Amino acid sequence: MTTPGRPAEQPFLEIKDLAVAFPTEDGLVRAVEGVSLSIERGRTLAIVGESGSGKSVTAQAIMGLIDRKIATVTGEIWLDGQELIGLPADDLQALRGGKVAMIFQDPMSSLHPFYRVGDQITEAIKAHRSIGAKAARARALEMLRRVGIPAAERRIDDYPHQLSGGMRQRVMIAMALINAPELLIADEPTTALDVTVQAQILELITSLQGEFGITVIMITHDLGIVADVADDVAVMYGGRIVEVAPTGVLYAQPEMPYTLGLLSSIPRVDRELSKRLEPIPGNPPSPIHLPLGCVFQPRCTYWDRVAGGACLSVRPDLLATGAGHLVRCHLPAEERRQISQGVLNVVAGGS
Amino acid sequence: MTTETGEILRVSDLRTYFPVRSHGLIRRVIGQVKAVDGVSFWVGSAETLGLVGESGSGKTTVARSVLMLVRPTSGQIVIDGQEITHLSPKALMPMRRKAQMIFQDPYNALNPRHTVGGIIGAPYRIQGIEPPGGVRAAVQALMERVGLNPEHYNRYPNEFSGGQRQRIGIARAVALRPKLIVCDEPVSALDVSIQAQIINLLRDLQQEFGLSYLFVAHDLAVVRQISHRVAVMYLGHLMEMAPRETIYTAPLHPYTHSLLSAVPIPDPKLQKGRSRIMLEGDLPSPIDPPSGCVFRTRCFQAQERCSVEVPPLIELAPGHHVACHFPVATLPAGMWTARAMLEAEPDVPVHRPQPASGQVSSAQLDRLPADGRPDSTRLRPKVRVGRSR
Repeated sequence: MTTPGRPAEQPFLEIKDLAVAFPTEDGLVRAVEGVSLSIERGRTLAIVGESGSGKSVTAQAIMGLIDRKIATVTGEIWLDGQELIGLPADDLQALRGGKVAMIFQDPMSSLHPFYRVGDQITEAIKAHRSIGAKAARARALEMLRRVGIPAAERRIDDYPHQLSGGMRQRVMIAMALINAPELLIADEPTTALDVTVQAQILELITSLQGEFGITVIMITHDLGIVADVADDVAVMYGGRIVEVAPTGVLYAQPEMPYTLGLLSSIPRVDRELSKRLEPIPGNPPSPIHLPLGCVFQPRCTYWDRVAGGACLSVRPDLLATGAGHLVRCHLPAEERRQISQGVLNVVAGGS
Repeated sequence: MTTETGEILRVSDLRTYFPVRSHGLIRRVIGQVKAVDGVSFWVGSAETLGLVGESGSGKTTVARSVLMLVRPTSGQIVIDGQEITHLSPKALMPMRRKAQMIFQDPYNALNPRHTVGGIIGAPYRIQGIEPPGGVRAAVQALMERVGLNPEHYNRYPNEFSGGQRQRIGIARAVALRPKLIVCDEPVSALDVSIQAQIINLLRDLQQEFGLSYLFVAHDLAVVRQISHRVAVMYLGHLMEMAPRETIYTAPLHPYTHSLLSAVPIPDPKLQKGRSRIMLEGDLPSPIDPPSGCVFRTRCFQAQERCSVEVPPLIELAPGHHVACHFPVATLPAGMWTARAMLEAEPDVPVHRPQPASGQVSSAQLDRLPADGRPDSTRLRPKVRVGRSR
């Protein structure tokens, strides 16, 4: 599947040094800086972060959804041997909804309210291949059944408002998968849904992924969802990736203080109740006035342990610390691990 | 049913219906959305009652009805000994000193054209109260107490982050030292690292001022962290109400089991190896709710009786109320429960849960009708166990 000029062992998707900046009246918003990632075919990568961390902008850059007239996008995005940044609009159009598909958070505003859901799905088919109306409708119906829409032959002629939130998200998934994409980007696909419906949708996505061998990027703020679906996790903060690890490693041995702070500040139903949550102090940084050194330093409890105050003045690099495990932190690896195990033991022990 | 500490709020058989009107000129009433349909509960002094449910369950309508922000169709609401459903808006004014509200969206709950000082000081002005030392000093003391810089008195809401805005909303709610605060999803719009800050603040204020909270939320982990007791709602009805750890480790209602089993656990080893109850389908329409038990259309326990007879909310154990004809004490082997999760041997040491007060013994379950006993063979057909991965 690789194109000439790229060795075969290149990962399916590789992002190198991606940066996205939006000029605004208040100054340059550095939404994403120096993001590098790679995903092997058929795997699920979760990008986890809070609002403003740059996770959605990263996804939009992969989809070519960032308007180059208002933003600057630099770096490289290689998908299956093809460079996506700087691709002509027509080629991007062919890619979107074809080889790469996306599911958005809010299915109500992503579906057109005036068109029947069946027509919207057939339109997606027709955009990528010449196919008769009847065949397209049959294909849409088959996909609606596949994503678990009951009485699909009736529902295909419904308008979006006639469907529940969960059903709309199923329609979105059907539409995304209709052209057999190789890469599926799901941007907070269950955030607008109830927990019981969320469980249905996550199971649907993982089972379809297994069936069709799709590579998935799951963007979420919910560490429970990450634990549920992801093979690997990238944690984003202040427009950067601050830690990447296989999912099991990230939860058992996080090394970046931000990841550790996230894991120890969330309330949980599966553990002895802790008397008090340990929040991360302070607020996320403004993307216009980022700290000079480590972007997490103003909220970090451990920065004064680094000699010479490097955290205040020097941007740390994302460096390997284990197999598939990268961390952006000035603390020595040994000390990071000690801190991490100490905190996790306290959290697991309850009050 | 009373707690030893006394009651701040008692709600009895609350019903709040909204009319559904036809299109056109006349707009006849053609139906009713039964948003809340016969809900009873109480909140004790300095106690937090968590009210959980999914969207459409009616939990927000309960919150708004309790403060008469929407007029209930019927039922009684007693706040600190006073029945309030018959009061006129003017007569409700003194009640509002005792009961305040914190809203979900800190962006829309604050007037963008008022300064922070004006917003937090509004309750004093409206109620005609002059705090000792003056409004400004009182407001600045409140700002300091909730973690805001008192020097930001003259700033506008847009200069604050989401978490700081929620602190403004909290300062406004506690200004009059109310006895009860109704919190409607107070942290769900906030980032996870900020949520913990606000939850801790609410708990500190409760201890300091002896506040009672009715804490409405959809996030079961958040509700567990802050509540003393938890009530579970579904389609306008209370399904189960019990002390906190009873709900999380020994629930009896099939819906509570389903909810807990759907919460993703932030631990990949536990989460990926876990079997779950998958509820089929969506919430039925509250305009035309199912007959009998409203949950029966999605329930793995449902029998013929459930479509005929509405299960009343019965106290099956001290403090543990359940509205179900066929409560489930234990799920079949391999099914996830919170307790199984706690008893599973993790890599890191975990403290064992304290036996929750009001747990149901098998003897108490035996008092149920013979056909009401949980039966694992009946459970299996409709439950999808395991993941397809």
